[in-house]
Amino acid sequence: MYETSYTRATSIEEAARLAAEKGEEAKYLSGGMTLLPTMKQRLAAPEMLIDLRHVGELKGITVDGRAIRIGGGMTHAEIAQSDAIKAVCPGFTSLAGLIGDPAVRHMGTIGGSVANFDPAADYPAALLALGGTIHTDKREIAADDFFQGLFETALEEGEIVTAVSFEAPDACAYEKFRNPASRYAMCGVFVAKRAGGVKVGVTGAGSDGAFRWSEGEQALSGNFAPEAVDGLTVPEGNMLSDIHGSSAYRANLVKVVTKRAVKKAQGH
Amino acid sequence: MGVEGIGAKVLRKEDRRFITGRGRYVDDMSVPGMKYAAFVRSPHAHARITGIDKSAAEAMPGVIGVLDGKQLQGDGIGNLICGWAVSSKDGTPMKMGAYPALASEVVRYVGQPLAVVVAETRAQARDAADALAVEYEELPVVTKAVDALKDGAPQLHPEAPGNLIFDWELGDRSATDAAFAKAAHVTKIHIHNNRLVPNPMEPRAALGHYDMAEDHYTCWTTSQNPHVARLVMSAFYNVAPEHKLRVIAPDVGGGFGSKIYIYPEEIVCLWASKRTGVPVKWTSDRTEAFLTDAHGRDHETEVELALDADNKILGLKVETTANLGAYMSLFSSSVPTYLYATLLSGQYDIPAIHANVKAVYTNTVPVDAYRGAGRPEATFVVERTMETAARELGISPAELRRKNFIRSFPHQTPVIMAYDAGDFEACLNAGMEAADVAGFEGRRAEAKSRGKLRGLGMSCYIEACGIAPSKAVGSLGAGVGLWESAEVRVNPVGTIEILTGSHSHGQGHETTFSQLVAERFGLPVDNVQVIHGDTDKVQFGMGTYGSRSGAVGMSAIVKALDKVEAKAKKIAAHVLEADEGDIVIENGEVKVAGTDKKLGWHEVCLGAYTAHNLPDGMEPGLKEGAFYDPTNFTFPAGCYICEVEVDPETGTTEVVQFVAADDFGRVINPMIVEGQVHGGIAQGIGQALLEGTHYDDSGQLITASYMDYAMPRAWDLPMFKVSTTETLCPGNPLGMKGCGEAGAIGSPPAVINAITDAIGNNDLTMPATPEKVWKALNAVE
Ligand SMILES: Cc1cc2nc3c(=O)[nH]c(=O)nc-3n(C[C@H](O)[C@H](O)[C@H](O)COP(=O)(O)OP(=O)(O)OC[C@H]3O[C@@H](n4cnc5c(N)ncnc54)[C@H](O)[C@@H]3O)c2cc1C
Repeated sequence: MYETSYTRATSIEEAARLAAEKGEEAKYLSGGMTLLPTMKQRLAAPEMLIDLRHVGELKGITVDGRAIRIGGGMTHAEIAQSDAIKAVCPGFTSLAGLIGDPAVRHMGTIGGSVANFDPAADYPAALLALGGTIHTDKREIAADDFFQGLFETALEEGEIVTAVSFEAPDACAYEKFRNPASRYAMCGVFVAKRAGGVKVGVTGAGSDGAFRWSEGEQALSGNFAPEAVDGLTVPEGNMLSDIHGSSAYRANLVKVVTKRAVKKAQGH
Repeated sequence: MGVEGIGAKVLRKEDRRFITGRGRYVDDMSVPGMKYAAFVRSPHAHARITGIDKSAAEAMPGVIGVLDGKQLQGDGIGNLICGWAVSSKDGTPMKMGAYPALASEVVRYVGQPLAVVVAETRAQARDAADALAVEYEELPVVTKAVDALKDGAPQLHPEAPGNLIFDWELGDRSATDAAFAKAAHVTKIHIHNNRLVPNPMEPRAALGHYDMAEDHYTCWTTSQNPHVARLVMSAFYNVAPEHKLRVIAPDVGGGFGSKIYIYPEEIVCLWASKRTGVPVKWTSDRTEAFLTDAHGRDHETEVELALDADNKILGLKVETTANLGAYMSLFSSSVPTYLYATLLSGQYDIPAIHANVKAVYTNTVPVDAYRGAGRPEATFVVERTMETAARELGISPAELRRKNFIRSFPHQTPVIMAYDAGDFEACLNAGMEAADVAGFEGRRAEAKSRGKLRGLGMSCYIEACGIAPSKAVGSLGAGVGLWESAEVRVNPVGTIEILTGSHSHGQGHETTFSQLVAERFGLPVDNVQVIHGDTDKVQFGMGTYGSRSGAVGMSAIVKALDKVEAKAKKIAAHVLEADEGDIVIENGEVKVAGTDKKLGWHEVCLGAYTAHNLPDGMEPGLKEGAFYDPTNFTFPAGCYICEVEVDPETGTTEVVQFVAADDFGRVINPMIVEGQVHGGIAQGIGQALLEGTHYDDSGQLITASYMDYAMPRAWDLPMFKVSTTETLCPGNPLGMKGCGEAGAIGSPPAVINAITDAIGNNDLTMPATPEKVWKALNAVE
């Protein structure tokens, strides 16, 4: 790790001001589960860390009927254990419980994960399928517009993810096929069914980060059953390829994992 | 004798400090004035160093010294050696390229050290190491052994034309050819044995301290054999004279072979301490561990097995290419030769065997012994081939093995080894019963109804431990003798210290060695202290690897205990005015058999030291030492049976049952033995399913972290069903064979045999990742 400095912010306003003063050389620190390993490997060298973990405004979960709002500072463990979310959207809490290991879940936050947009991160699949909204200190952005490409989001420099929100669907589920080494998603699929149709968010498999599988959505909107995707083919050209799985293999996983997610959702 | 003697499940004495985080490892050690080292490592797999400019690095804050390979050479520090001379079949000696601790002209693998920075803090050393300006001229790269042998391949060492270190053979080629000429059936397969990264929990570390006042050196290091480290560092590397060098290997957090070798870093820390005048500590980070700890395995093999019309084996032919990496590590030459081809007879009566092994340089991390060292590779060859042959012949794999088992002992194989004892059928039967092989087809059908493919695979391994008779290994080229030493010091109050040349890095020696004393004198294990890992305390020793601490290390302790017992009896007989032959020692008492005359153990011990009433001419004190040189290898063997379920949609393999039926000879502590087997099987399943080491074409290790290198986790493993049968080893006083590596040796072929059974395609390499299994399945559908 290179030498750095550390400041603990106590409000969103203070954090944003510090970031604006310091510019590019400053980085927000939430759970540190992505940022700190990157710094230890000397792949990132921010001069200043602005710690968001003690900003009260980023905390809290509110569930109002079927409207869910989760503060950007909530940890994966807090989300996984939220009875209020679970009561209306169990697919989301179960997803949070599948992230990393207990240490990662107790430190890592949804704000950090969404801002980082790792191509194999779990939340983006859910937020795309749920038609969620990402709230920042400046604006609100629809998930479809927020997630743009590998590690690329709509966030501008210094912009803080303050919360995410979504409406619980009629049925939903997340199925995760893990990378055997990292246990991140090699293919994770979140399906969400509403009266208006079905949405399918896929993470880990796409060469451009999480995406919505529109062919799958169409088929499942007509018939919300695993068999509905049987005849579909997933274009290999849009798939990631690495030592753990070729694009052909990942294309197969998209179908298989989607079917399993649908089956799980039917169980609820 | 007693609840803590041989055969008792005594809880491990050392675990209290390990589990509560109170172990004392090299990185926990500090010396006043200590500073920190960071190594400058090559970012290229093959390059010529055309210039080093130190000015920027030297000007960095906190820097005490920046030292490079030219200075190291200038100070007369010798190149690293390989301690086992293996000759090619044409008689020429192996072709060893120069291996300097710091490269000064050419770097040959990513991560090879070429300079060291010593600074006030770890971070400052690291920053300055990054600031060292090195100019490289990149050279072409080869990472696969088979490619390195091709015409036109990049050449690594001028000493080894064609990158060939040796072309070695064992066995009788013409007898084997003749056997094949008579064959009714020949089974041929290609075997890939995947390269593994050892990953001990504790990374390597070294603290070198040159004490100018005393003109004396101390090296704390993460070593499995501190005495060998001292010997090699003084005799070959000229770091310090042996009598002025103390090597301490305190608690060591796992080794698996990777901490046998003397690496550049400990040599450089000692040298740098003298050069800079400050004690110098280096601790590897996990990335450095991936890039520089000696890797394991990495063989490509063609194998052919000849059988007669009655399914009896006639002969075996093996052609192996072994990747030894960029330099020859300390024991690298012995692993694919004398620790590998000598075990190719397996548990079977094979009249003719011929093995040919080519050892090859590549632009990768040096490869050396890793848990099992050569025997896992041999077992994988033999047991994959047996299973394949049985399937081709349409007979049950168990039957083919039974038909060919060696049944009388001693048995001389055609590949050097003379097996002394065993009962292979007993292990097979125990394994098959525990695995309920008879009920397998029912379970397969039930799995099918759930959409899963169930398979069963077997592996009957034999391995050679108790390494090794000094004279025998000497005649095969070893540079050292492989005996062990022990000293038993009885204190005046009757408590006992055992000093051993074995080294515990997780094996539980403090407990099992104490149990020998509990057995012998009926003393509680808490009255025994086991001392190891310090060349100033223990006179000499060969360390721990090759499952030798029981069969060799404990045999030395037994010999020393014999002497202590004999002297104690003499003293007691004198005091009690009895015949020496009538004295018995039990439950901490020294008695005259058949009478009520007795002394407490502590009274005899005190008597030895007060010396008020000793037999005429007897020296005072009660302390005895012994050296033990084994007469033969020992031969643990067993039967492993694995059952898997494959998910055909994703190719995921779940190990649903794993049975190990082992014969380790005498078991001292069954709990510790089970633990060794569990760990070994976990590593074997790791090799079979998860652990893949990948270099890209430019020689970058792309699996250099746990993000990409898959280690087995608890959830990858089922509950193991382990049991032992016991045929005593006739070669050592306790009848022990060794259990440290068996799990890793026996399990990989059982797993792969199970998966190939499940999917109906025998063409599958390790690690059998979900994608590979999925592809293999699609290839037959
Ligand atoms: C071993 C391990 C396993 C993991 N497995 C998984 C997994 O299976 N699935 C998965 O999804 N993730 C996984 N992760 C990643 C984990 O979920 C991280 O916690 C998450 O990606 C980042 O969240 P964080 O709070 O730790 O962010 P940090 O590491 O603190 O920050 C990450 C980045 O986001 C920025 N940032 C942080 N908070 C905000 C904010 N509120 N607004 C704007 N920018 C911000 C930071 O400046 C930084 O650039 C794993 C991580 C580890 C170490």
